[in-house]
Amino acid sequence: MTVQTASAPPSPYSSAIGKSNPETHTLAVLVDNEPGVLARVVGLFSARGFNIESLTVTEVAHEAHLSRITVQTRGAPETIEQVRHQLERLVPVHQVTDLTLRGSAIERELAMVKVAGRGDARVEALRLADAFRARTIDATTGSFVFELTGRSDKIDQFVELMRPLGLVEVARTGIAAIGRGPEAAG
Amino acid sequence: MSKQMSGAEMVVQALKDQGVDTIFGYPGGAVLPIYDALFHQNHVRHVLVRHEQGAAHAAEGYARSTGKVGVLLVTSGPGATNAITGLTDALLDSIPLVCITGQVPTHLIGSDAFQECDTTGITRSCTKHNYLVRRVEDLARVLHEAFYVAASGRPGPVVIDIPKDVQFASGAYAFDRTAKHKTYAPRLKGDMDAIRRAVEMMARAKRPILYTGGGVVNSGPQASALLRELAGLTGFPVTSTLMGLGAFPASDPKWLGMLGMHGTFEANNAMHDCDLMVAIGARFDDRITGRLDAFSPGSRKIHVDIDPSSINKNVKVDLGIVGDCAHVLDDMVRLWRSGGHRPDAAAAKDWWERIDRWRARKSLAFRNSATVIKPQWAIQRLYELTKGRKTYVTTEVGQHQMWAAQHFHFEEPNRWMTSGGLGTMGYGLPAAIGVQMAHPDALVVDVAGEASILMNMQEMSTAAQYRLPVKIFILNNEYMGMVRQWQELLHGGRYSHSYSESLPDFVKLAEAYGAHGIRCSDPAKLDDAIREMIETPRAVIFDCLVDKQENCFPMIPSGKAHNEMLLAELADDAGVELGAVIDEKGKMLV
Repeated sequence: MTVQTASAPPSPYSSAIGKSNPETHTLAVLVDNEPGVLARVVGLFSARGFNIESLTVTEVAHEAHLSRITVQTRGAPETIEQVRHQLERLVPVHQVTDLTLRGSAIERELAMVKVAGRGDARVEALRLADAFRARTIDATTGSFVFELTGRSDKIDQFVELMRPLGLVEVARTGIAAIGRGPEAAG
Repeated sequence: MSKQMSGAEMVVQALKDQGVDTIFGYPGGAVLPIYDALFHQNHVRHVLVRHEQGAAHAAEGYARSTGKVGVLLVTSGPGATNAITGLTDALLDSIPLVCITGQVPTHLIGSDAFQECDTTGITRSCTKHNYLVRRVEDLARVLHEAFYVAASGRPGPVVIDIPKDVQFASGAYAFDRTAKHKTYAPRLKGDMDAIRRAVEMMARAKRPILYTGGGVVNSGPQASALLRELAGLTGFPVTSTLMGLGAFPASDPKWLGMLGMHGTFEANNAMHDCDLMVAIGARFDDRITGRLDAFSPGSRKIHVDIDPSSINKNVKVDLGIVGDCAHVLDDMVRLWRSGGHRPDAAAAKDWWERIDRWRARKSLAFRNSATVIKPQWAIQRLYELTKGRKTYVTTEVGQHQMWAAQHFHFEEPNRWMTSGGLGTMGYGLPAAIGVQMAHPDALVVDVAGEASILMNMQEMSTAAQYRLPVKIFILNNEYMGMVRQWQELLHGGRYSHSYSESLPDFVKLAEAYGAHGIRCSDPAKLDDAIREMIETPRAVIFDCLVDKQENCFPMIPSGKAHNEMLLAELADDAGVELGAVIDEKGKMLV
C-alpha cells in the first residue's frame, strides 16, 4: 500500500537546506487495540504526505488490548523523525520504535503464490518452490498454492520466477519486523 | 465511591466535577437526554448559541481568556458538522476544548439514520483525540480522560460522541482524580543538560532574540511572568507571534512588536540578523518564517516546545528542548542566576543600536487624514480610549485583524483572542460572547471587518439573550480587505468578488437585535463615538467607515525573506509597481 504525494514544484516556503537522501525505515508502533486506531495512523500518513510502503497490523497482547503496527516508510531522515514524533502524538499510541535506526532488525513477510500449469512448467515451479523452501499448501492437477516466508526481496524474486511458469495471483502480508537480541522494542 | 445514574446525568456530573461552570450549545434530538439532565441542576450554565460554529468559537474565547477547558454540547449530524470549523480552529491554535456530540442510538449507527453522521470519522483529523462511547460503563472514564487530554501537553479539542441509548442507560459513575492515563503523559520538565547548554549559548550571544508564541500563553500566567523575568535578566529583545501577544508587555522597551508577514521592521530584521534565536512556544509557521531558505541564516537556534513534533518540523534547530514553557523558563532563569551570568554590555549596546535604527524606520506609521478615518488610526484611538480598563479583544480575520495586532497593545496574556492558525472569518463575535460570559465586568471588543462579521452575525441574538455588552467595532471598508490587497499585489488589481455588495445597515441591524448602533465616518467625531460605545451598557455594533483603499503594511511579500519587507512608505511612492514586488514563485503561495 502506498500513499504517495504528487511531486510538487519546489516552494520558497519549503526548506531546500538540509534535506538528505531518502531512506527506507521500518517502524514498530504499539497501540491500544481500539476502534479507529488504524484509521488514525493511516490518516496521519495521508494527511501529512508521508509514504507507506508496507503496513501490517494485528493484536499482539490480548489481555492488554495491544496491537502492533509495523509500517515501512520512505523519506529523508528528518522526515522519518517527523513521522515518529507525529505518531507519538496520537493518544492511543504507546510507543514508536524505529527498528532501522536500532540496526539489523529481522524483517519477514509471508506470501501465498498461486501457480497454474501443466507439464514442464508445473515440474519447474515445484522444483523452484523447493529451492526457496516454499511449502505447498494446496494442490490440484492443474495448480499449486505455495506458502513462502522470508525477506521481501526473496519473495519478489520467487514471484518473478513464477511469472513465466503460470503465476495466477499473489497474496502478501506485508512486513513484520522485530529487533535482534534480548531487549524489547522501546 | 461510585454512584448509579444515567449516562446523561454522568455528563452533567462530570462537568461539575471538572469545575465547568459554563457550556455553549444547541439542542437536538440526539442530545435531548443531556439537555433534560441540564434542566434539573444549577451548577452548569448553558449558553444557547444560534449556530454550532458559534458554540465552538465561544468555547474557544472562554478557554483562551480563562486558561480553562472550553466546553460545547451539540447534537448529532448537522450539529456535529457545524462545529467542525471551530474544532479545526482550536486544533491549529492549541485551544483546549471538550465537544460533546449526540449520536443516533448504537443499533442505528451505520444505517444512515436521521441526523446520523460518522462524527468520529469526520473529526479524526481536526481533533487532538476523539471517542465514540458505545457502553455506558466507559462513559465516566472517557469524560474525565477527555478533559485530561484536552488540557495536557499541547492543548487541543477533544470530541466525545455519545449515542442516545447510552445517554439513557444507567451505570456506575466514579471520578478518580488520581487516575493516570495509560499512554498519554506529556513531558513538562525540560532536559536539564539541554537547558544548561541553552543558558551557556545565551550567555555567549552577541545578537540574541527571544521569539515567543502562543505556547507561552497556553502554559499559564506563570510562564508570562518568567518570560518577563528572563528578558529582564538577560536584556534580550523580545518579539512574538500573533498568538503570543500579551505574554510580554508591549510597553517594555525590549518589546520589538509582532514578527512575521505583517510584523514590524525591527522584529523581522532582528530575527534575520540575530546570532542566537530562542524560540519559546512558537512553531515556525510559514507566516512567521517567510522564505525558509533565507530564514535567519546566521543564527544558532534554540527551540522550547511541549510538542516534540514541532521541533525540527519547519526549521532545523541547533538545540531542541521538549517541555512546558513555564518549567523550562523557570530552569533558564534559575541557571542564568546561579551561573552568575551577566549580559554582554558591549555587544548589547551594538545590537540595540542596530535595532533602534530599524525602529527609526517607524514601519507601522501611516499617513493620517482629516477627511477619512484611517483604519490604523481607528485602532489606535480604540486602544488609547480603552487603556487602563480591563479590556479583552477578539478579532475576525483579515486586514482589521493585522491592524489590531499592530496598533492595539497588550500588557497581559489571555487578553487577545484571534484565529491565528486557521484564519477563520466569523471567529470574533462568538469568541467575544465566550469571553464576556467568563468576564462579565470586562470590556470585550470584537475588532471586525464588515465581511467577517456577517459570517456569524446570528450570534447577536445570543448576546441579546444573555445581555452581554459585547462591542463589535467594524472597520468597514466595503471590501474583503485582505483579499482586495492580495488582488492588488498579485492579480493586477482585478478585484474579483471581493467587494462587499449589498451590506446591511449595521446601525439598524444592531437595533433589530436590541443592541445599540453607532456609525462614524468623520475622524473628528471618532473619539466621541468610541466613548459612546464604551459607555453603552448594552451590546454595540459600531460601523466605522474607513478608507476603502488602505493596505496593511509593513509586509513580507510572499516568497521573500525577513529582510525584504515592503514598507508603507515604499508602497506610497509614485512609480513603485506593487504587482512587480512578488515574483511568479511567490504568487503560488498563499
